[in-house]
Order: sequence, then C-alpha cells, then structure tokens
Amino acid sequence: MPIVLIVAEQQPDGNLRKATLNAISAGKQLAEKAGGELHIALVGKDPAKVADELKGYGAKAVHLGAAAELEHYLAETYAPAIAALAQELKADYIGMASTAQGKDLLPRVAGRLRAAMATDVMAINGSGADITFTRPMWAGNVFADVKLTTPVKVLTLRATEFPAAAGGQGAAEVKTFSPKVEASKTKFVDFKEVKSARPELTEARVVISGGRGTKGDFKEIEGLADDLGAAVGASRAVCDAGWVPNDLQVGQTGKVVAPALYIAAGISGAIQHLAGMKSSKTIVAINKDPEAPIFQVADYGMVADLFKVLPELRAELAKLK
Amino acid sequence: MKILVTAKRVEDPESKIKVKPDGSGIVQEGLKYKINPFDEIGVEEGLRLVAKHQGEVVVVSIGGKEVQEQLRHALAMGAHRAVWVNHTGPVDQLGIAALLQKVVEKEQPDLVILGKQSIDDDQNQVGQYLAEFLGWGQATFASKVESMESEQEKNKVPAIVLTADKKSVQVIREVDNGLATVECQLPAVVTTDLRLNQPRYASLPGIMKAKSKPIEELTPAKLSVDVTPAIQVLKMSAPPARKAGIKVADVPALVEKLHNEAKVV
Repeated sequence: MPIVLIVAEQQPDGNLRKATLNAISAGKQLAEKAGGELHIALVGKDPAKVADELKGYGAKAVHLGAAAELEHYLAETYAPAIAALAQELKADYIGMASTAQGKDLLPRVAGRLRAAMATDVMAINGSGADITFTRPMWAGNVFADVKLTTPVKVLTLRATEFPAAAGGQGAAEVKTFSPKVEASKTKFVDFKEVKSARPELTEARVVISGGRGTKGDFKEIEGLADDLGAAVGASRAVCDAGWVPNDLQVGQTGKVVAPALYIAAGISGAIQHLAGMKSSKTIVAINKDPEAPIFQVADYGMVADLFKVLPELRAELAKLK
Repeated sequence: MKILVTAKRVEDPESKIKVKPDGSGIVQEGLKYKINPFDEIGVEEGLRLVAKHQGEVVVVSIGGKEVQEQLRHALAMGAHRAVWVNHTGPVDQLGIAALLQKVVEKEQPDLVILGKQSIDDDQNQVGQYLAEFLGWGQATFASKVESMESEQEKNKVPAIVLTADKKSVQVIREVDNGLATVECQLPAVVTTDLRLNQPRYASLPGIMKAKSKPIEELTPAKLSVDVTPAIQVLKMSAPPARKAGIKVADVPALVEKLHNEAKVV
C-alpha cells in the first residue's frame, strides 16, 4: 500500500506552523488518490509538544523523532533523520508545506533518496500509479502537469491551494523513534525573528500591501491593517529599498498569499508580484496610474492617490462597526 | 578562494510567456534570453569575495551553444573563465545536480554559489541536491541585513563572510519570520536570494576582455552522467484568468461593494 509521509514543522516557539495543516490535507488527498495511507513525521528537540495536536488529523500514525542535536533546524541534520524514517516506512511520497524550511529541507531529503521532486504543488491529479502534480513555472505564468518517475517522489505543497486539515478526526497512533543523527558541517549561529503583533502574512484573512507608490511611508497601510486585523505585505521594490523587512515581500520569489481580501496600494503589479497574490478571493487595487497592470487582476480598482484614499477608507470602514 | 558559480540561460523575466495551444511548451518566438537573475546575483557575490580575498571565479552553464552568451555575460562582469556543459536535450534538476557534481569534483572549488531557483522552472532544488551529493554544508536563500541603498552595498562589500581562520563562511539566510545565520565549513554550497546584492553592469572593457577568456567544453558523456529526466512535463497550460473587475469612483462605493457584494468587510 502506498505510504504518504508528510513532514510537519514547528515554529521557533515550538508550536505547529499553520501551513503544516494545509500540507496534511494535501497529504490526505494524495493518500486517497494513491489508495494508500497518510503518515506524519516530526523531528526536532521537542516534537512531543505538538503530538496531541498532530494525532487528530486522521493520519494512520504520527512519528516523532526527538534528539538534542536537532534543537536548531539545519537541513544537514534534519535530512538524514527524515530520509532514514522514510526508508524505514518505505514511503512512496514525502511532502511538506512550501515554507522556507520545506524548500530548504526536502530537496536535500530527495537528494539522499535520489528522488525526483516537484516544488510548490498546487493540485494532485489522477489516481493509483497515474498520479500527476500541477505546479507553477515562469512565475506562475504557466501551470505544468508533471509526473515523477523515481520510486520515491518528493513534493512541497503550496499552502494556499489546499484547505487546512480539521482536527478531531480520531486519534492516530503516536510512535517515537530515534532519529538518525549525523555530524553537520554547518552550525546554527543565530535567528533574528521579525516580531510582529499582526498575523503571519501567509495565514491572514486580510492582507494590505504597499508598493513604490508609498514612497516608504507605511503609516496608513499599517493603520488600516490594524483596524482590520490584517497582515502587511509589500512589493519587491519596497523590500529592495529597505523600507520594510524582506519577509513582507509578496510575490513568486517572496510569499505566496491567498487571503479573502487583498488590498494593493501603490503597487503597479509586476508579473512576479501578481504570481504571489492573484489567488486571493477579492482583490482591491488603489493606484494613481490607470494603466497599472494590477488593475487587470483587481475585482475593484480605484484610480486615486493612496494617501488620500486610505484615511478615507479607514473612516468609512469604521462606520460599518 | 576558488568559487564556482552557475549561469543558467532563461527567458528574460520581463518577457511575456505564452503557452503553445497544444500545451507542449511555451511560445519561443520573440523571446529574449538572459542569465538567470539569481545566478547573476551569485556571479556578483563571487566577484566581491574574490576582490576581497583573492582567487578565481569560474562560471558554469549547461545547455546548447547559445548558453555561451550567458557565460560571456558572466565573464564580462569579471568572472575569470567558464565551463560549458554542452547538452541540448531535456534534463531535470537531478541531472543538473549530477553534472555539477562532476564539474565540482574536477574544479575543486572552495565555494559553489547558485541562484536559489531559476525563473523558468522555479524548482528551487539544484543547490540542495548538489550539497547532498557532495556531502557538503548548505546555506540556501543567502541575504543580508543591509539594504540595497546601504554603504556596504555601494562599496560592494561581500555579504558572505569568510571567518578569521578562512575555513568557514558565515551566511545570513532569508527564512520565514526573520533572518537565520549559519556557519558552513568550506567547501560549501550557497544559494542566493534576491537581496544579497545588486549585480554590476558589464563594462565595455569587460565585454572586450570577455571575448578572449577561455570557455572549456564538456559533455554529459565526458562527465559520465546519465541525464535521462525523472520528471516528465506532460502538459502546460495558462493559469485561469481572473474575471474582469470594475473601477469604483470613490471610497463609499468601494466599501459598499466590499461589504455587500464581496462580503469581506
């Protein structure tokens, strides 16, 4: 029976990354289509912290590998642990959310197993041995259906394209294992977290993004975001200029988001930005330039100065409350 | 320091990519080609490291004879010499990494720098595959704290820092929710993110000099690598278009639409 192994991810605070839940539901879908079963793996210093949560998502088993050497994430120490578990389980598919960690780690796991890999999988098609994956190429300008022909197949799963798995679906068996620990030629030095009281960009229901039109002044964007409990995003130009932290960049090479509402203020809409947000359910564009490409994907467009519109918008939205 | 940098030939990121009606590929007519922007950042970082620590930047590309354009571009930026793996058929990321492994074994560099992904396949795999095949350390998504407007950037200071004993590099990685710093023993593999640096333009003397710099030709057969792809692209299609939206005249009209039609506020 085909085995689908989904690798879970903990945040620095030990809690589960929300994108893991989307990867689990994709894994469940894949297991159903392949006629197999879903397993979940987590390695680290303290994977047991999220054991209770992980066992409620309908997997056959949850495999937890704890080791002191795995305190700080490194691809070189996590890959041998995951690859050895996958071999022991005879996993046919190994998947993980398309987070920075997923994209760093899974190719190294795939390399170890000489497995072909599809990055940023958006859809799982077919059934049995004829499963194919849809993934974006050329910054989302092309969707490709690909087939992986190696015995083990590795995937990263784009969180915005799969629903978050719902808990309370019975209790999976929780198994602990001793992860394979190898010496690493890389050592962790430090992690500087960008702390924000706002929701994580890829998990927010509403995202307000600013572009070059802000000239670096994000006050009104942040104000509107706080009014709506929204996350703040930015175009590449804004991050390149150092006006906002890099991890706010929305785009094919930054974060891919798909919130219920995306408001683009002063963003022209370069192809690579559009690739990162055009799956949003409702898109609002505010730009002075009526020819800006962002209007081609916007449900509601306003040709106006964002510094005039945003304060008005905040006042008008306040009236709804 | 000997640094090997990749220079993949890709479609110009500004060009309009269209899928052929039969879904067999993209329309090639009218497209311009460039060095993969992430690889160009890698070339720049290699040049900065060598300017500071001395050494040599060797640039490598895999493809038909047209990839010599991208190699010449990197040579014009200042790379010292080039390796061209002449291969015209299909190849996937496993095959590319296997070829690069052989080139690395031949060249014995201290550091390999690759773009984190190429802007055509967007796979983000080759650097990690290569590091695993070689048993080397990896630092993906290399970035820096300083902005593109900073003094460090203007003075072309390398963001990858060689440690005092010259046996390791410190690399700042762009990851979710912040920046992680790792230290990799050399030799190591680094992949570049967008904000590592702003690549230089090739100067006219640079372009002239590049014409006489050597390009060594290799083939998968010479390197004894089987590049039969394990990824089959069965079909390509254009992403579904969003339905045309409307322009709203003023803020009250916008809020009315968001509240009553889209029901998102």
